[in-house]
Amino acid sequence: MSINNPLTKNIEKGRAPFTFAEYKAAGGYQSFANAIKMAPRDVMGQVKDAGLGGRGGAGFNTGLKWSFSPDPDGLPRYLVVNADEMEPGTFKDRLLMESDPHLLIEGMITASYAIQATTGYIFLRGEYTVAEENLLKAIAEAYDNGMLGKNIQGSDFSLDIYLHTSAGRYICGEETALINALEGKRANPRFKPPFPQVSGLWGRPTLVNNVETICNIPGILTYGVDWFKGLGLGDECGTRISGVSGRVKNPGCWEMPVGTTFRTLLEDYAGGMQDGYELKAFLPGGGSTDFLMPEHLDLPMIPGEVAKAGSRLGTSLIMVLDDKTCPVGTVRNLIKFFAHESCGWCTPCRDGLPWVEHILNKMEEGKGEMKDIEILKEMCGYMGPGNTFCALAPGAAEPLQSSLKYFMDEYESHVKHGCSYKSH
Amino acid sequence: MNNIIASTALKARQLTDEEIHEIEHEKTHYPYAQAVGLEALKIVQKYQGWVSDESLLAVSEYLDIPPDDLEGVATFFNMIFRRPVGKNVILLCDSVACWMLGCDDLKAHITSVLGIEYGETTEDNLFTLIPVPCLGDCDRAPSMMVGRELYRNLTNEKIDQIIADYKAKA
Repeated sequence: MSINNPLTKNIEKGRAPFTFAEYKAAGGYQSFANAIKMAPRDVMGQVKDAGLGGRGGAGFNTGLKWSFSPDPDGLPRYLVVNADEMEPGTFKDRLLMESDPHLLIEGMITASYAIQATTGYIFLRGEYTVAEENLLKAIAEAYDNGMLGKNIQGSDFSLDIYLHTSAGRYICGEETALINALEGKRANPRFKPPFPQVSGLWGRPTLVNNVETICNIPGILTYGVDWFKGLGLGDECGTRISGVSGRVKNPGCWEMPVGTTFRTLLEDYAGGMQDGYELKAFLPGGGSTDFLMPEHLDLPMIPGEVAKAGSRLGTSLIMVLDDKTCPVGTVRNLIKFFAHESCGWCTPCRDGLPWVEHILNKMEEGKGEMKDIEILKEMCGYMGPGNTFCALAPGAAEPLQSSLKYFMDEYESHVKHGCSYKSH
Repeated sequence: MNNIIASTALKARQLTDEEIHEIEHEKTHYPYAQAVGLEALKIVQKYQGWVSDESLLAVSEYLDIPPDDLEGVATFFNMIFRRPVGKNVILLCDSVACWMLGCDDLKAHITSVLGIEYGETTEDNLFTLIPVPCLGDCDRAPSMMVGRELYRNLTNEKIDQIIADYKAKA
């Protein structure tokens, strides 16, 4: 099989997304026909064997996640696509939904068969208005062509898909908060267990998966597990969308084999740093990941390898910090975001983040004190894993703690002399 | 009703036929009416510009959601406006990629051109300026939205043009 870019093969800059007919002519909507010949658990098994890891940030094996859902009992169960892309520096799901909406719909149909979902919801960020229009059109076309609704393609399997547009809250990316939001409640995270696979939306088994994760399903069920495994570099499986923002020559996101290094992404795809700017550090996968340094550029973009270097791959869209931008100001901007987006449920997040923001403001204004640096260090612990209900505050602590590790001289200099960078 | 809403709102207003029609359509997507709460608020906001106490009470009564619960949802989400806004809401991204590429300068420019700070509305009621968390458009930063339209790779000159275009349309 020659296709090596299954996520973006139908995407061409400046052209409208494929209609149903065009998408089908390009080989689309085959995965359901293949899946329906198999038992749902076997479809799940294929996805598990393919080694597909979740693309939302956590990286957990998708087939394994699905396998935790109990056997069907004839009552409703749900597939929810997390399309609430709001991690600072992340812009990959926007591309997929705006440019090839049928890929997501096909993935949802096949995934829903595997987990025997009766209804699928796309939980879309409200600000993604183009994605909203394109998805609504694609869903309508899929109904018109018998790929959604009752007895799809003459089978016993029926599925409805609805688009829910949200209204802007980062916490909705947390899957139990997303479920609360979808039920019409405030999007506070829920206690786990029970996990959503067992008791999620309206107390029914629910799988929540990221857009890009689901977009990988059609390929696996069309071309097979071996093909998917062959896409990655070395032992890695599949492709993923990675990208770069910040002061590089050619910011953007591209599909590449899993296992590609940060250096290849930064230098070959993004064209390297803009003239006059040097790479100081980078966030490997969104605002809630620890900074990495230029010496980490040769790491492959694999969750395990990035973890060894003390960070997380996250969404694998990297943000470069250049030598002319203040690292303390950058962290302040990130913390301001997280403080604003905290749902307010637990104290380390609700009170800790505004406190950190206040201290960083002081430092930027030249009013910082040496004891503030100690408070920042302590706060990383208070907001860290195990002290909060969900991952928001621990995620927010990651850029803070790593900046304290790598840029202590900058913090001390801020306390002593104020901020010396021009651009804020 | 002994709550904050009751102290300011006289009573629920009548929802329009258009609003009811769209809310009814959303209701077909969910097994429980409460799930439609946010969508209904967005529908009301689309037609009224914002969600007044009277509108909130109307949705609360129509969907049989306690007003406090619905207010909890309305105030939770960034994009539900519980105060009046201008005809065009400018959502300027102030997250990290846009900040690195100069969104603070753009904000200062908008403020100097329109005379409004974040959260304020121009006297002619044409524009409200609000900061928005990461718009997911970081490769074309700095970015902003005006209403449902996205504008990218912004400069002061581009912003002048965009503002002029909206003024011309008014």
